[in-house]
Amino acid sequence: MTDTVLETENLAVTYTGDRRVEAVKGVDLAFPENRLTAIIGPSGCGKSTYLKALDRLHDIQPNVEITGEVYLRGEPVYDTDEPAPEIRKQVGYVPQEPTALPLSIYENVAYGLRIHGLFDSKDDLDELVERHLRKVNLFEEVSDRLDAPAAGLSTGQIQRLCLARSLAVEPDVLLCDEVTSALDPISAENVEETLAELAEEYTIVMVTHSMDQAKRLADEVVFLYLGEVVETNDVRSFFEDPQHERTKRFVSGPTDDEYAVSDAT
Amino acid sequence: MGEHSGGSGSGAGDDGRSPRIGRRLLVERLSSYWLRGAGYFAVGLFAAIVVALLYQSLPLLAEYPLSEVLLSSNWDPAQNQFGFFPAIVGTVYVTILSMAMGAPIAVLAAVYIAEYAEGRTRTLVSSFIDVLAAIPSVIFGLVALVVVVPFVGNYLAPAVGADATGLGILTVSLVMAIVVTPFMISLSVESLEALPDELRESSLGVGATEWETIRSVLLRAAGPGIFSAVLLGFGRVFGATIVPAMLIGGQTQLPDSVFSTGQTLPTLIVNDFGELMSLPLTQSALIFVGLLLVVVVWLFNFAAMLVRRRLQRRWQYQ
Ligand SMILES: Nc1ncnc2c1ncn2[C@@H]1O[C@H](COP(=O)(O)OP(=O)(O)OP(=O)(O)O)[C@@H](O)[C@H]1O
Ligand SMILES: [Mg+2]
Repeated sequence: MTDTVLETENLAVTYTGDRRVEAVKGVDLAFPENRLTAIIGPSGCGKSTYLKALDRLHDIQPNVEITGEVYLRGEPVYDTDEPAPEIRKQVGYVPQEPTALPLSIYENVAYGLRIHGLFDSKDDLDELVERHLRKVNLFEEVSDRLDAPAAGLSTGQIQRLCLARSLAVEPDVLLCDEVTSALDPISAENVEETLAELAEEYTIVMVTHSMDQAKRLADEVVFLYLGEVVETNDVRSFFEDPQHERTKRFVSGPTDDEYAVSDAT
Repeated sequence: MGEHSGGSGSGAGDDGRSPRIGRRLLVERLSSYWLRGAGYFAVGLFAAIVVALLYQSLPLLAEYPLSEVLLSSNWDPAQNQFGFFPAIVGTVYVTILSMAMGAPIAVLAAVYIAEYAEGRTRTLVSSFIDVLAAIPSVIFGLVALVVVVPFVGNYLAPAVGADATGLGILTVSLVMAIVVTPFMISLSVESLEALPDELRESSLGVGATEWETIRSVLLRAAGPGIFSAVLLGFGRVFGATIVPAMLIGGQTQLPDSVFSTGQTLPTLIVNDFGELMSLPLTQSALIFVGLLLVVVVWLFNFAAMLVRRRLQRRWQYQ
């Protein structure tokens, strides 16, 4: 048995804007240490909403109601005195859209290190930036232009830069929201390889549209449907022996037309 | 034009195209001419204005060297003295003071509205700002006459030991700051709101506070847009006519403090426009002032465009 890093208890997220949308309806899940968990499910089923709730990223938006609790290494994430930035530091988040901060490549990785003062000297910072760029297989590609604006990189490179930026502050868990879906096939493959390597030493929760990607990368798979967990299992049992009718249909290929459309993009 | 003209002759029937696509292509071509025409018209109009102003300024420039006109402090058209220096100084004072007061407030207010205000507060505040932006500036001038002028004359000036009636450069600057700030706020809010949420999430996600996110990420990413907003404000203050005409007091000497009365380039035109236009050289002098205003605004916009382009290419957010 491995330890649980992150856990949710009856976590529900409701958008209370013009229209009331119960995007996540009471989800209980546990994410074990050093495992990669893939969350799959059709478009609009609440995957991104759930993922953001794990990092308290809904806090910045009005009209979002959150009930239930998230536990990070046993400590509550919402009902706590610890300030949100300290919690978010321990939970890395990489959004779906490759997003370079309007800074240089170097400063993108150094961003969190500077905020939290996680280095002793300039040399130390250089070393940390290089180490994390190497971790995402980006250092060789950008070593000659570390001071260039990060926005000039390709989207695949930006996505790996985002991974490096998140990892630089040494989070306990890394959340990735469909990090390959906005990329061309080659870049997607690069990012996926990087994720496979990272999965060996990090706890990762990854949202994906792609069944194949889940099969290739995941240790555990969660099937989310209309804001509820339908089934969760280790990757082999999940795909070879799905327990629920709905999972069977979803897994047995693109009969679900929503799935077919979104996976093609 | 040459390579396009072939198409217009080929009627619907000649090459087997259906009459429908023929008609659609005709409309397409006509509308593109039309749009291009409208675009060229704007450029032509600007050129025509500059040429007309320049042409009418020539009589003055033929009599007096440019340096004398720009640097002499004597403005007395009846005596054929045409020195714009006091008006130039007044304009520079007013512009710098207004922008120094208005721009920082505009940026902070925009950050508050776009990033902190929520729900009804936000709707309320931003709708008030839009209303303020839409009020004709003559109203601000009127209100200022009964509020700001006595305040500056009776309290502010005595407090710093200056002697003033309340009309003057500082009063104009204050009021112009109030006039342009809502504009700058609206536009800055727009550019902050246009930023993708992923930018905020990425920064918060590594543990930055909201203020750190605003300072190091959002203001930088929205920089080109906020920069344009401030520039637009600058243009409005620089060319402002009615508020300075009502509140600056008017005199021909160089202003010796921010409380002193003065004039700006636009007030020079407005004040002397009626009676003195009958003197040919005066007319030419006032038109030259107009030319000066147009050229400065144009140069400024041009420089601003270059800077904005560079910023945009660098960070690629707007
Ligand atoms: N800010 C919001 N306000 C209101 N409703 C929202 C908001 N964001 C998402 N929703 C709704 O919540 C539901 C879940 O959305 P979410 O983005 O979590 O789905 P998803 O599984 O990530 O979908 P996708 O695969 O398309 O990314 C959807 O019905 C969506 O329309
Ligand atoms: Mg999503």
